[in-house]
Amino acid sequence: MPKYLLIMRGTDESNAAMMADIDEMMATTGQFIQEMVKAGVLLAAEGLDDPRQGVVVDFSGETPVVTDGPYGETKELFGGFFLLDVASKQEAVEWAKRVPAAPGAKVEVRRVPGSDEVPQVGE
Amino acid sequence: MGTADVEAVWRIESARIVAALTRFTGDFGLAEDAAQEAVAEALVSWPLAPPANPAGWLMAAARRRAIDAVRRRTALQDRYALLAAGLAADAVDGEEIDPDRIDDDVLALMFVSCHPVLSPEARVALTLRVVAGLSSEEIARAFLVPVPTVQARITRGKKTIAAAGVPFELPPAAERRERLGGVLSVLYVIFTEGSTATSGDRLLRPDLAYEAIRLARTLAALQPDEPEVHGLLALCELTAARFPARTGPDGSPVLLDEQDRRRWDFSAIRRGLAALAKASARGLGPYGLQAAIAATHAAAPSVEATDWDRIVVLYEALGRVAPSPVVELNRAVAVAMASGPAQALAIVDELIASDLLPGSHLVPTVRGELLARLGRRPEARAELELAARLCANQRERSVLLRKAAALAS
Repeated sequence: MPKYLLIMRGTDESNAAMMADIDEMMATTGQFIQEMVKAGVLLAAEGLDDPRQGVVVDFSGETPVVTDGPYGETKELFGGFFLLDVASKQEAVEWAKRVPAAPGAKVEVRRVPGSDEVPQVGE
Repeated sequence: MGTADVEAVWRIESARIVAALTRFTGDFGLAEDAAQEAVAEALVSWPLAPPANPAGWLMAAARRRAIDAVRRRTALQDRYALLAAGLAADAVDGEEIDPDRIDDDVLALMFVSCHPVLSPEARVALTLRVVAGLSSEEIARAFLVPVPTVQARITRGKKTIAAAGVPFELPPAAERRERLGGVLSVLYVIFTEGSTATSGDRLLRPDLAYEAIRLARTLAALQPDEPEVHGLLALCELTAARFPARTGPDGSPVLLDEQDRRRWDFSAIRRGLAALAKASARGLGPYGLQAAIAATHAAAPSVEATDWDRIVVLYEALGRVAPSPVVELNRAVAVAMASGPAQALAIVDELIASDLLPGSHLVPTVRGELLARLGRRPEARAELELAARLCANQRERSVLLRKAAALAS
Protein backbone atom coordinates (compact mmCIF):
# COMPACT_ATOMS: atom_id res chain seq x y z
CA MET A 1 0.00 0.00 0.00
CA PRO A 2 1.28 3.49 -0.74
CA LYS A 3 1.94 5.78 2.14
CA TYR A 4 1.76 9.54 2.16
CA LEU A 5 4.00 12.08 3.79
CA LEU A 6 2.40 15.29 4.95
CA ILE A 7 5.21 17.84 4.95
CA MET A 8 4.71 20.95 7.05
CA ARG A 9 6.05 24.02 5.32
CA GLY A 10 5.92 27.07 7.52
CA THR A 11 6.93 30.67 7.00
CA ASP A 12 8.53 32.88 9.65
CA GLU A 13 5.12 34.46 10.23
CA SER A 14 3.19 31.17 10.50
CA ASN A 15 5.86 29.67 12.75
CA ALA A 16 5.76 32.73 14.99
CA ALA A 17 1.96 32.51 15.16
CA MET A 18 2.17 28.81 16.12
CA MET A 19 4.76 29.48 18.79
CA ALA A 20 2.88 32.46 20.25
CA ASP A 21 0.84 30.07 22.37
CA ILE A 22 2.88 26.92 22.79
CA ASP A 23 0.38 25.26 25.13
CA GLU A 24 -2.42 25.75 22.63
CA MET A 25 -0.22 24.48 19.79
CA MET A 26 0.79 21.38 21.75
CA ALA A 27 -2.81 20.66 22.70
CA THR A 28 -4.26 20.98 19.19
CA THR A 29 -1.39 19.06 17.59
CA GLY A 30 -1.68 16.36 20.24
CA GLN A 31 -5.39 16.06 19.61
CA PHE A 32 -4.84 15.84 15.84
CA ILE A 33 -2.25 13.11 16.34
CA GLN A 34 -4.64 11.18 18.60
CA GLU A 35 -7.35 11.35 15.92
CA MET A 36 -4.98 9.81 13.38
CA VAL A 37 -3.80 7.14 15.83
CA LYS A 38 -7.40 6.14 16.57
CA ALA A 39 -8.16 6.04 12.85
CA GLY A 40 -5.26 3.58 12.48
CA VAL A 41 -3.44 5.71 9.90
CA LEU A 42 -0.51 7.37 11.68
CA LEU A 43 2.89 5.71 11.26
CA ALA A 44 5.21 8.53 12.36
CA ALA A 45 5.17 12.21 13.23
CA GLU A 46 7.99 14.57 14.10
CA GLY A 47 8.48 18.29 14.37
CA LEU A 48 11.80 19.89 13.52
CA ASP A 49 13.82 22.42 15.49
CA ASP A 50 14.51 26.00 14.38
CA PRO A 51 16.14 25.84 10.92
CA ARG A 52 18.80 28.33 12.05
CA GLN A 53 20.11 25.60 14.36
CA GLY A 54 20.57 23.24 11.40
CA VAL A 55 23.41 22.78 8.95
CA VAL A 56 23.40 22.10 5.24
CA VAL A 57 25.80 19.66 3.61
CA ASP A 58 26.24 20.73 -0.02
CA PHE A 59 27.42 18.21 -2.63
CA SER A 60 27.86 20.74 -5.46
CA GLY A 61 31.62 20.56 -5.36
CA GLU A 62 34.11 17.71 -5.31
CA THR A 63 33.88 17.36 -1.56
CA PRO A 64 30.79 18.01 0.57
CA VAL A 65 30.69 21.58 1.93
CA VAL A 66 29.05 22.18 5.30
CA THR A 67 27.34 25.49 5.99
CA ASP A 68 25.30 26.65 8.95
CA GLY A 69 21.67 27.59 8.88
CA PRO A 70 18.73 26.92 6.59
CA TYR A 71 18.93 25.93 2.99
CA GLY A 72 19.04 28.66 0.32
CA GLU A 73 16.59 31.49 0.00
CA THR A 74 13.39 29.48 0.37
CA LYS A 75 10.64 31.33 2.14
CA GLU A 76 8.84 28.18 3.33
CA LEU A 77 10.83 25.78 5.42
CA PHE A 78 10.28 22.12 6.21
CA GLY A 79 9.15 22.16 9.84
CA GLY A 80 7.84 18.68 10.50
CA PHE A 81 6.00 15.72 9.02
CA PHE A 82 3.27 13.13 9.46
CA LEU A 83 3.68 9.75 7.74
CA LEU A 84 0.27 8.24 6.97
CA ASP A 85 -0.90 4.79 5.89
CA VAL A 86 -4.19 5.65 4.17
CA ALA A 87 -6.44 4.08 1.57
CA SER A 88 -6.18 6.82 -1.06
CA LYS A 89 -4.57 10.11 -2.02
CA GLN A 90 -7.89 11.82 -1.31
CA GLU A 91 -7.80 10.51 2.23
CA ALA A 92 -4.26 11.86 2.68
CA VAL A 93 -5.50 15.23 1.41
CA GLU A 94 -8.48 15.12 3.78
CA TRP A 95 -6.11 14.58 6.73
CA ALA A 96 -3.82 17.34 5.41
CA LYS A 97 -6.78 19.74 5.50
CA ARG A 98 -7.19 18.96 9.20
CA VAL A 99 -3.57 19.70 10.17
CA PRO A 100 -3.53 22.47 12.79
CA ALA A 101 -1.59 25.15 10.92
CA ALA A 102 -1.28 28.93 11.18
CA PRO A 103 -2.14 31.24 8.26
CA GLY A 104 0.59 31.27 5.63
CA ALA A 105 1.74 27.71 6.32
CA LYS A 106 1.44 25.02 3.69
CA VAL A 107 1.13 21.24 3.91
CA GLU A 108 2.64 19.34 1.01
CA VAL A 109 1.20 15.85 0.36
CA ARG A 110 3.68 13.42 -1.18
CA ARG A 111 3.20 9.77 -2.01
CA VAL A 112 5.69 7.23 -0.64
CA PRO A 113 5.77 4.26 -3.04
CA GLY A 114 5.46 0.81 -1.43
CA SER A 115 8.53 -1.43 -1.42
CA ASP A 116 6.61 -3.75 -3.78
CA GLU A 117 6.73 -0.97 -6.39
CA VAL A 118 10.53 -0.92 -6.52
CA PRO A 119 11.61 -2.84 -9.64
CA GLN A 120 13.11 -6.25 -8.88
CA VAL A 121 16.77 -6.62 -9.76
CA GLY A 122 17.69 -9.28 -12.30
CA GLU A 123 14.16 -10.13 -13.41
CA MET B 1 -15.30 17.42 -5.04
CA GLY B 2 -15.82 14.02 -6.62
CA THR B 3 -16.73 10.51 -5.53
CA ALA B 4 -13.21 9.77 -4.28
CA ASP B 5 -13.34 12.82 -2.01
CA VAL B 6 -16.67 11.76 -0.52
CA GLU B 7 -15.30 8.25 0.02
CA ALA B 8 -12.17 9.66 1.68
CA VAL B 9 -14.17 11.67 4.21
CA TRP B 10 -16.47 8.72 4.78
CA ARG B 11 -13.50 6.43 5.45
CA ILE B 12 -12.40 8.73 8.24
CA GLU B 13 -15.83 9.52 9.68
CA SER B 14 -18.03 6.42 9.18
CA ALA B 15 -17.37 4.70 12.52
CA ARG B 16 -17.82 7.92 14.50
CA ILE B 17 -20.99 8.88 12.66
CA VAL B 18 -22.67 5.48 12.91
CA ALA B 19 -21.55 5.15 16.54
CA ALA B 20 -22.87 8.59 17.49
CA LEU B 21 -26.18 8.01 15.67
CA THR B 22 -26.64 4.61 17.28
CA ARG B 23 -26.08 6.28 20.63
CA PHE B 24 -28.68 8.98 19.74
CA THR B 25 -31.36 6.65 18.41
CA GLY B 26 -30.60 3.39 20.16
CA ASP B 27 -31.07 1.67 16.81
CA PHE B 28 -27.98 0.38 15.03
CA GLY B 29 -29.81 -0.53 11.82
CA LEU B 30 -31.51 2.84 11.57
CA ALA B 31 -28.21 4.62 12.25
CA GLU B 32 -26.44 2.68 9.52
CA ASP B 33 -29.22 3.35 6.99
CA ALA B 34 -29.22 7.06 7.84
CA ALA B 35 -25.45 7.26 7.45
CA GLN B 36 -25.59 5.52 4.07
CA GLU B 37 -28.29 7.93 2.91
CA ALA B 38 -26.09 10.84 3.96
CA VAL B 39 -23.22 9.45 1.86
CA ALA B 40 -25.57 9.08 -1.12
CA GLU B 41 -26.67 12.67 -0.61
CA ALA B 42 -23.04 13.83 -0.45
CA LEU B 43 -22.23 12.05 -3.71
CA VAL B 44 -24.89 14.15 -5.44
CA SER B 45 -24.43 17.44 -3.64
CA TRP B 46 -20.65 17.84 -3.07
CA PRO B 47 -19.63 18.02 -6.75
CA LEU B 48 -22.07 20.94 -7.12
CA ALA B 49 -21.47 22.68 -3.80
CA PRO B 50 -18.40 21.52 -1.88
CA PRO B 51 -19.02 21.93 1.86
CA ALA B 52 -16.61 24.00 3.96
CA ASN B 53 -16.60 21.30 6.64
CA PRO B 54 -17.19 17.94 4.94
CA ALA B 55 -17.07 15.90 8.15
CA GLY B 56 -19.57 18.15 9.89
CA TRP B 57 -21.77 18.15 6.80
CA LEU B 58 -21.91 14.33 6.75
CA MET B 59 -22.70 14.14 10.46
CA ALA B 60 -25.47 16.75 10.17
CA ALA B 61 -26.98 15.09 7.09
CA ALA B 62 -26.89 11.66 8.71
CA ARG B 63 -28.47 13.00 11.89
CA ARG B 64 -31.23 14.69 9.88
CA ARG B 65 -31.93 11.42 8.04
CA ALA B 66 -32.02 9.53 11.31
CA ILE B 67 -34.53 11.96 12.80
CA ASP B 68 -36.69 11.71 9.67
CA ALA B 69 -36.68 7.94 10.00
CA VAL B 70 -37.63 8.11 13.66
CA ARG B 71 -40.45 10.56 12.86
CA ARG B 72 -41.79 8.23 10.16
CA ARG B 73 -41.90 5.45 12.69
CA THR B 74 -43.53 7.72 15.23
CA ALA B 75 -46.23 8.50 12.68
CA LEU B 76 -46.89 4.78 12.58
CA GLN B 77 -47.65 4.95 16.29
CA ASP B 78 -44.71 2.81 17.20
CA ARG B 79 -44.33 3.28 20.94
CA TYR B 80 -40.72 2.26 20.91
CA ALA B 81 -40.03 4.83 18.22
CA LEU B 82 -41.76 7.53 20.27
CA LEU B 83 -39.24 6.87 22.98
CA ALA B 84 -36.41 6.93 20.48
CA ALA B 85 -37.72 10.22 19.06
CA GLY B 86 -37.39 11.76 22.50
CA LEU B 87 -33.78 10.62 22.64
CA ALA B 88 -33.07 11.91 19.16
CA ALA B 89 -34.59 15.31 19.89
CA ASP B 90 -32.33 15.68 22.91
CA ALA B 91 -29.35 14.66 20.87
CA VAL B 92 -30.06 17.20 18.14
CA ASP B 93 -29.90 20.00 20.66
CA GLY B 94 -26.41 18.86 21.61
CA GLU B 95 -23.81 20.23 19.23
CA GLU B 96 -21.02 18.06 17.87
CA ILE B 97 -19.93 14.55 18.80
CA ASP B 98 -19.13 14.19 22.50
CA PRO B 99 -15.35 13.63 22.48
CA ASP B 100 -15.34 11.91 25.87
CA ARG B 101 -17.86 9.38 24.74
CA ILE B 102 -17.04 8.76 21.08
CA ASP B 103 -14.11 6.40 21.72
CA ASP B 104 -16.30 4.08 23.79
CA ASP B 105 -19.05 4.38 21.17
CA VAL B 106 -16.69 3.38 18.34
CA LEU B 107 -15.52 0.48 20.47
CA ALA B 108 -19.14 -0.50 21.18
CA LEU B 109 -19.73 -0.39 17.42
CA MET B 110 -16.91 -2.89 16.89
CA PHE B 111 -18.38 -5.17 19.56
CA VAL B 112 -21.86 -4.97 18.00
CA SER B 113 -20.51 -5.63 14.47
CA CYS B 114 -18.65 -8.71 15.75
CA HIS B 115 -21.46 -9.91 18.04
CA PRO B 116 -21.72 -13.71 18.48
CA VAL B 117 -25.40 -13.74 17.37
CA LEU B 118 -24.22 -12.81 13.85
CA SER B 119 -23.03 -15.26 11.24
CA PRO B 120 -19.26 -15.10 10.60
CA GLU B 121 -19.90 -13.61 7.12
CA ALA B 122 -22.17 -10.91 8.57
CA ARG B 123 -19.54 -10.01 11.20
CA VAL B 124 -16.92 -9.49 8.51
CA ALA B 125 -19.28 -7.53 6.24
CA LEU B 126 -20.62 -5.29 9.01
CA THR B 127 -17.16 -4.57 10.42
CA LEU B 128 -15.79 -3.59 7.02
CA ARG B 129 -18.81 -1.53 6.09
CA VAL B 130 -19.61 0.20 9.36
CA VAL B 131 -16.29 0.44 11.18
CA ALA B 132 -13.87 0.57 8.25
CA GLY B 133 -16.21 2.59 6.01
CA LEU B 134 -16.00 0.37 2.92
CA SER B 135 -18.84 0.23 0.40
CA SER B 136 -20.70 -3.01 -0.37
CA GLU B 137 -18.99 -2.94 -3.78
CA GLU B 138 -15.53 -2.78 -2.21
CA ILE B 139 -16.34 -5.62 0.20
CA ALA B 140 -17.75 -7.73 -2.64
CA ARG B 141 -14.61 -7.15 -4.72
CA ALA B 142 -12.37 -8.04 -1.79
CA PHE B 143 -14.12 -11.35 -1.10
CA LEU B 144 -14.97 -12.23 -4.73
CA VAL B 145 -18.70 -12.45 -4.03
CA PRO B 146 -21.57 -10.66 -5.81
CA VAL B 147 -22.59 -7.24 -4.44
CA PRO B 148 -26.17 -8.41 -3.62
CA THR B 149 -24.65 -11.16 -1.44
CA VAL B 150 -22.80 -8.56 0.63
CA GLN B 151 -25.89 -6.37 0.83
CA ALA B 152 -27.98 -9.33 1.96
CA ARG B 153 -25.43 -10.20 4.66
CA ILE B 154 -25.51 -6.63 5.96
CA THR B 155 -29.31 -6.41 5.90
CA ARG B 156 -29.70 -9.74 7.64
CA GLY B 157 -27.01 -8.79 10.14
CA LYS B 158 -28.85 -5.60 11.09
CA LYS B 159 -32.12 -7.52 11.45
CA THR B 160 -30.42 -10.11 13.63
CA ILE B 161 -29.02 -7.43 15.92
CA ALA B 162 -32.47 -5.84 16.26
CA ALA B 163 -34.25 -9.18 16.73
CA ALA B 164 -31.78 -10.37 19.35
CA GLY B 165 -32.04 -7.05 21.17
CA VAL B 166 -28.27 -6.57 21.17
CA PRO B 167 -27.67 -3.47 23.30
CA PHE B 168 -25.36 -0.70 22.10
CA GLU B 169 -22.85 -0.79 24.93
CA LEU B 170 -19.48 -2.15 25.93
CA PRO B 171 -19.79 -5.78 27.06
CA PRO B 172 -19.95 -6.22 30.84
CA ALA B 173 -16.59 -6.87 32.52
CA ALA B 174 -17.25 -10.60 32.89
CA GLU B 175 -17.78 -11.03 29.14
CA ARG B 176 -15.32 -8.41 27.98
CA ARG B 177 -12.30 -10.65 27.36
CA GLU B 178 -14.29 -13.28 25.48
CA ARG B 179 -16.11 -10.71 23.34
CA LEU B 180 -12.82 -8.99 22.58
CA GLY B 181 -11.55 -12.37 21.39
CA GLY B 182 -14.53 -12.41 19.02
CA VAL B 183 -13.57 -9.01 17.59
CA LEU B 184 -9.93 -10.10 17.20
CA SER B 185 -10.93 -13.24 15.33
CA VAL B 186 -13.03 -11.20 12.85
CA LEU B 187 -10.06 -8.91 12.19
CA TYR B 188 -7.80 -11.94 11.80
CA VAL B 189 -10.20 -13.57 9.33
CA ILE B 190 -10.11 -10.39 7.24
CA PHE B 191 -6.32 -10.28 7.45
CA THR B 192 -5.77 -13.93 6.50
CA GLU B 193 -8.10 -13.64 3.51
CA GLY B 194 -5.88 -10.75 2.43
CA SER B 195 -2.61 -12.52 3.14
CA THR B 196 -3.53 -15.86 1.55
CA ALA B 197 -6.65 -15.62 -0.54
CA THR B 198 -8.66 -18.84 -0.18
CA SER B 199 -9.80 -18.64 -3.80
CA GLY B 200 -9.25 -16.77 -7.01
CA ASP B 201 -6.25 -16.07 -9.17
CA ARG B 202 -4.28 -13.84 -6.80
CA LEU B 203 -2.32 -15.02 -3.79
CA LEU B 204 -2.42 -11.72 -1.94
CA ARG B 205 -5.09 -9.07 -1.48
CA PRO B 206 -2.98 -6.40 0.20
CA ASP B 207 -5.86 -3.92 0.28
CA LEU B 208 -7.93 -6.31 2.41
CA ALA B 209 -4.97 -7.09 4.70
CA TYR B 210 -4.49 -3.33 5.02
CA GLU B 211 -8.08 -2.91 6.26
CA ALA B 212 -7.48 -5.49 8.98
CA ILE B 213 -4.24 -3.80 10.06
CA ARG B 214 -5.94 -0.43 10.15
CA LEU B 215 -8.80 -1.82 12.27
CA ALA B 216 -6.30 -3.55 14.57
CA ARG B 217 -4.48 -0.23 15.05
CA THR B 218 -7.78 1.44 15.94
CA LEU B 219 -8.57 -1.32 18.42
CA ALA B 220 -5.06 -1.07 19.93
CA ALA B 221 -5.57 2.68 20.38
CA LEU B 222 -8.97 2.15 22.03
CA GLN B 223 -7.97 -0.87 24.14
CA PRO B 224 -4.29 -0.18 24.93
CA ASP B 225 -4.24 -2.43 28.01
CA GLU B 226 -5.22 -5.62 26.18
CA PRO B 227 -2.03 -7.53 25.26
CA GLU B 228 -3.70 -9.74 22.65
CA VAL B 229 -4.83 -6.70 20.64
CA HIS B 230 -1.17 -5.72 20.33
CA GLY B 231 -0.37 -9.38 19.65
CA LEU B 232 -2.76 -9.46 16.70
CA LEU B 233 -1.45 -6.13 15.41
CA ALA B 234 2.13 -7.42 15.68
CA LEU B 235 1.20 -10.62 13.84
CA CYS B 236 -0.44 -8.66 11.01
CA GLU B 237 2.39 -6.13 10.68
CA LEU B 238 5.10 -8.83 10.68
CA THR B 239 3.22 -11.00 8.20
CA ALA B 240 2.45 -8.07 5.89
CA ALA B 241 6.12 -7.05 6.05
CA ARG B 242 6.87 -10.09 3.88
CA PHE B 243 4.23 -9.27 1.22
CA PRO B 244 6.64 -7.50 -1.18
CA ALA B 245 8.78 -10.67 -1.33
CA ARG B 246 5.93 -13.19 -1.38
CA THR B 247 4.99 -12.94 -5.04
CA GLY B 248 7.12 -12.86 -8.15
CA PRO B 249 6.69 -10.32 -10.95
CA ASP B 250 4.06 -12.57 -12.56
CA GLY B 251 2.07 -12.93 -9.32
CA SER B 252 3.21 -16.46 -8.56
CA PRO B 253 3.90 -17.30 -4.90
CA VAL B 254 7.48 -17.19 -3.64
CA LEU B 255 7.95 -19.45 -0.63
CA LEU B 256 9.83 -18.37 2.48
CA ASP B 257 13.06 -20.18 1.62
CA GLU B 258 13.24 -18.46 -1.78
CA GLN B 259 12.21 -14.96 -0.71
CA ASP B 260 14.57 -12.06 -1.25
CA ARG B 261 14.62 -10.82 2.33
CA ARG B 262 15.92 -7.43 1.24
CA ARG B 263 12.44 -6.83 -0.12
CA TRP B 264 10.80 -7.24 3.29
CA ASP B 265 9.26 -4.02 4.59
CA PHE B 266 11.58 -3.10 7.43
CA SER B 267 9.44 -0.29 8.81
CA ALA B 268 6.53 -2.74 9.08
CA ILE B 269 8.85 -5.16 10.90
CA ARG B 270 9.81 -2.39 13.30
CA ARG B 271 6.16 -1.56 13.95
CA GLY B 272 5.43 -5.26 14.46
CA LEU B 273 8.25 -5.64 16.97
CA ALA B 274 7.05 -2.55 18.86
CA ALA B 275 3.53 -4.03 19.05
CA LEU B 276 4.96 -7.40 20.12
CA ALA B 277 6.80 -5.72 22.99
CA LYS B 278 3.46 -4.35 24.23
CA ALA B 279 1.83 -7.77 23.73
CA SER B 280 4.36 -9.54 25.92
CA ALA B 281 3.78 -7.34 28.97
CA ARG B 282 1.94 -10.15 30.78
CA GLY B 283 2.96 -13.25 28.83
CA LEU B 284 1.95 -13.94 25.25
CA GLY B 285 -1.47 -15.20 24.19
CA PRO B 286 -2.24 -17.05 20.95
CA TYR B 287 -1.84 -14.02 18.66
CA GLY B 288 1.24 -12.85 20.52
CA LEU B 289 2.83 -16.30 20.17
CA GLN B 290 2.18 -16.33 16.43
CA ALA B 291 3.64 -12.83 16.23
CA ALA B 292 6.72 -14.06 18.12
CA ILE B 293 7.12 -16.79 15.51
CA ALA B 294 6.83 -14.21 12.72
CA ALA B 295 9.36 -12.03 14.57
CA THR B 296 11.83 -14.94 14.70
CA HIS B 297 11.59 -15.22 10.92
CA ALA B 298 11.91 -11.45 10.58
CA ALA B 299 15.14 -11.48 12.59
CA ALA B 300 16.75 -14.25 10.52
CA PRO B 301 19.03 -13.50 7.56
CA SER B 302 18.03 -16.77 5.83
CA VAL B 303 15.96 -19.93 6.29
CA GLU B 304 19.09 -21.86 7.29
CA ALA B 305 20.12 -19.24 9.83
CA THR B 306 16.64 -19.15 11.43
CA ASP B 307 16.31 -20.09 15.10
CA TRP B 308 14.09 -23.11 14.37
CA ASP B 309 14.45 -24.47 17.90
CA ARG B 310 12.84 -21.29 19.20
CA ILE B 311 10.08 -21.60 16.60
CA VAL B 312 9.40 -25.21 17.66
CA VAL B 313 9.14 -24.08 21.30
CA LEU B 314 6.76 -21.27 20.33
CA TYR B 315 4.56 -23.67 18.34
CA GLU B 316 4.50 -26.05 21.30
CA ALA B 317 3.35 -23.17 23.52
CA LEU B 318 0.76 -22.14 20.92
CA GLY B 319 -0.47 -25.72 20.72
CA ARG B 320 -1.08 -25.66 24.48
CA VAL B 321 -2.94 -22.32 24.71
CA ALA B 322 -4.80 -22.68 21.40
CA PRO B 323 -4.66 -26.28 20.20
CA SER B 324 -5.49 -26.72 16.53
CA PRO B 325 -4.51 -29.12 13.76
CA VAL B 326 -3.09 -26.24 11.71
CA VAL B 327 -0.78 -25.29 14.57
CA GLU B 328 0.26 -28.95 14.80
CA LEU B 329 1.02 -28.99 11.08
CA ASN B 330 3.10 -25.84 11.37
CA ARG B 331 4.93 -27.37 14.32
CA ALA B 332 5.77 -30.32 12.06
CA VAL B 333 7.30 -27.95 9.50
CA ALA B 334 9.38 -26.29 12.22
CA VAL B 335 10.46 -29.68 13.62
CA ALA B 336 11.55 -30.71 10.11
CA MET B 337 13.80 -27.65 9.96
CA ALA B 338 15.12 -28.06 13.52
CA SER B 339 15.51 -31.85 13.73
CA GLY B 340 14.95 -33.35 10.29
CA PRO B 341 12.05 -34.64 8.15
CA ALA B 342 11.64 -38.07 9.78
CA GLN B 343 10.48 -36.69 13.14
CA ALA B 344 8.20 -34.23 11.35
CA LEU B 345 6.63 -36.96 9.23
CA ALA B 346 5.61 -38.79 12.41
CA ILE B 347 3.70 -35.67 13.56
CA VAL B 348 1.97 -35.32 10.17
CA ASP B 349 1.03 -39.01 10.04
CA GLU B 350 -0.49 -38.69 13.50
CA LEU B 351 -2.54 -35.73 12.25
CA ILE B 352 -3.78 -37.78 9.29
CA ALA B 353 -4.63 -40.73 11.55
CA SER B 354 -6.81 -38.47 13.72
CA ASP B 355 -8.39 -36.96 10.56
CA LEU B 356 -8.52 -33.45 12.02
CA LEU B 357 -7.91 -31.62 8.74
CA PRO B 358 -10.02 -33.51 6.22
CA GLY B 359 -9.95 -32.06 2.72
CA SER B 360 -7.19 -29.55 3.47
CA HIS B 361 -4.48 -29.17 0.84
CA LEU B 362 -2.01 -28.19 3.56
CA VAL B 363 -1.58 -31.71 4.97
CA PRO B 364 -0.56 -33.39 1.68
CA THR B 365 1.53 -30.30 0.81
CA VAL B 366 3.64 -30.67 3.94
CA ARG B 367 3.69 -34.47 3.75
CA GLY B 368 4.83 -34.29 0.13
CA GLU B 369 7.67 -31.89 1.01
CA LEU B 370 8.81 -34.14 3.87
CA LEU B 371 8.72 -37.28 1.72
CA ALA B 372 10.71 -35.47 -0.96
CA ARG B 373 13.35 -34.55 1.60
CA LEU B 374 13.47 -38.20 2.69
CA GLY B 375 14.06 -39.25 -0.92
CA ARG B 376 10.71 -41.05 -1.23
CA ARG B 377 9.96 -39.38 -4.56
CA PRO B 378 6.99 -41.36 -5.99
CA GLU B 379 5.06 -41.00 -2.71
CA ALA B 380 6.04 -37.33 -2.49
CA ARG B 381 4.77 -36.73 -6.00
CA ALA B 382 1.43 -38.40 -5.27
CA GLU B 383 0.98 -36.24 -2.15
CA LEU B 384 1.73 -33.00 -4.01
CA GLU B 385 -0.68 -33.93 -6.78
CA LEU B 386 -3.34 -34.63 -4.17
CA ALA B 387 -2.59 -31.24 -2.58
CA ALA B 388 -2.97 -29.52 -5.96
CA ARG B 389 -6.39 -31.12 -6.44
CA LEU B 390 -7.54 -29.88 -3.03
CA CYS B 391 -6.14 -26.34 -3.32
CA ALA B 392 -8.62 -23.61 -4.32
CA ASN B 393 -6.06 -20.86 -4.96
CA GLN B 394 -4.89 -21.12 -8.58
CA ARG B 395 -1.51 -19.55 -7.85
CA GLU B 396 -0.71 -21.99 -5.10
CA ARG B 397 -2.01 -24.89 -7.17
CA SER B 398 0.37 -24.24 -10.05
CA VAL B 399 3.34 -24.16 -7.65
CA LEU B 400 2.28 -27.55 -6.27
CA LEU B 401 1.92 -29.05 -9.75
CA ARG B 402 5.34 -27.71 -10.74
CA LYS B 403 6.93 -29.31 -7.69
CA ALA B 404 5.15 -32.61 -8.35
CA ALA B 405 6.34 -32.59 -11.95
CA ALA B 406 9.92 -31.92 -10.84
CA LEU B 407 9.80 -35.10 -8.75
CA ALA B 408 8.95 -37.23 -11.77
CA SER B 409 12.33 -36.77 -13.47
